[in-house]
Amino acid sequence: MAAFHFELVSPERMLFSGAVEAVVVPGAEGAFTVLKDHAPVMSVLKPGIVEVDESATKKQRLFVRGGFADVSATGLTILAEQAIPVEELDAAKIDAQIKDVEEDLSDATSDEGKRIAAEKLDQLREVRAVLSI
Amino acid sequence: MPSLKDLRNRISSVKSTQKITKAMQMVAAAKLRRAQSAAEAARPYADRMESVLANVGSSFGPGSVAPPLLAGSGKDDVHLLLVCTAERGLCGAFNSSIVRLAREHALSLMAQGKTVKMICVGKKGYDQLRRQFEKQIMELIELRSVRNMAFENADPIGKKLIALFEAGEFDVCTLFYSRFRSVIAQIPTATQLIPAKLAAQASAAGPAAAYDYEPDEGEILATLLPRNISVQVFRALLENAASEQGARMSAMDNATRNAGDMIRKQTQIYNRSRQAMITKELIEIISGAEAL
Repeated sequence: MAAFHFELVSPERMLFSGAVEAVVVPGAEGAFTVLKDHAPVMSVLKPGIVEVDESATKKQRLFVRGGFADVSATGLTILAEQAIPVEELDAAKIDAQIKDVEEDLSDATSDEGKRIAAEKLDQLREVRAVLSI
Repeated sequence: MPSLKDLRNRISSVKSTQKITKAMQMVAAAKLRRAQSAAEAARPYADRMESVLANVGSSFGPGSVAPPLLAGSGKDDVHLLLVCTAERGLCGAFNSSIVRLAREHALSLMAQGKTVKMICVGKKGYDQLRRQFEKQIMELIELRSVRNMAFENADPIGKKLIALFEAGEFDVCTLFYSRFRSVIAQIPTATQLIPAKLAAQASAAGPAAAYDYEPDEGEILATLLPRNISVQVFRALLENAASEQGARMSAMDNATRNAGDMIRKQTQIYNRSRQAMITKELIEIISGAEAL
């Protein structure tokens, strides 16, 4: 299969840059697969897994939370708000974190503290929901 | 003429100062390496963001209405300056050069009859600007407790800016920070955040390709623009962190060298006056013996 250029960047670092054969992108209006010479598309992402096929045998899965996918003539660029390789995620650990944050939320006294905890909780639940699929 | 004891004390105090500046230099060097790699790691994202934004923005023809974050509020009366400086001093001219740029900008705007408001990120800039712009400063955001700058630190600042903009608090927002070029060169920079300035190169090449938008471009732009502001702030904070450490490193290097020079000079004076004293004592003994 023909290869094209793919980049996955988060604000903190560049997670992936190189030639790939196919990438499955979790678009806001449904997941889609990008192959070589895909028509130019700009899409908002929803929390989900990006599946990267570097070759028939080498595959990578990364969790992304929000962001944009930009398919242009030069290739595919994903700007993720947050991106973590799936191997680094652990369902049990996330469950523990969710429990922690839930406690924070009930302990929080200020509105600001509550808002931050609630936001964090939402994020973690999203991650958990994607993992359990 | 200071006594020998005075000189000894002076030398030892300069020596201990030198030890401190030397240690600070080494700490700054270690931190610089980390800050620099963080700043460099964040660059691709900001660059891509810019080109994506330019792509989407160029698709807005003269007929369609662009969102206010891109087109501005239609006025040019109230300017908000977001001045990012360090939380700590002892880093040479780092803070004052950012403050100087912001101050010049503010004064020239005020001379044109515009209203100027300020938000300071970092205590040092606030301390310097407070003397002159007490009333204009709306807020001080302290990031003292932050060890490693993460996107979560920049995001609230970006969101706050957007909330203020939507409340009609200001029309134009400019960001002041220091761009990190090398250890010895940090360039104080001003960037306009709102309304967003698009890279010109995309429009020069013509509307690159007919994009499919998912959902439509208005909605994409509505999420993309606020995001871009947070990213710009984040980038400024990272560049600032690297610049600060670079500036501190070279300032402390200078201080260490100065202390070394001072120790050498003082030691020379000390030795000279010690020898003079010995000679004087010898002369006294000899002339005393001759008198007998």
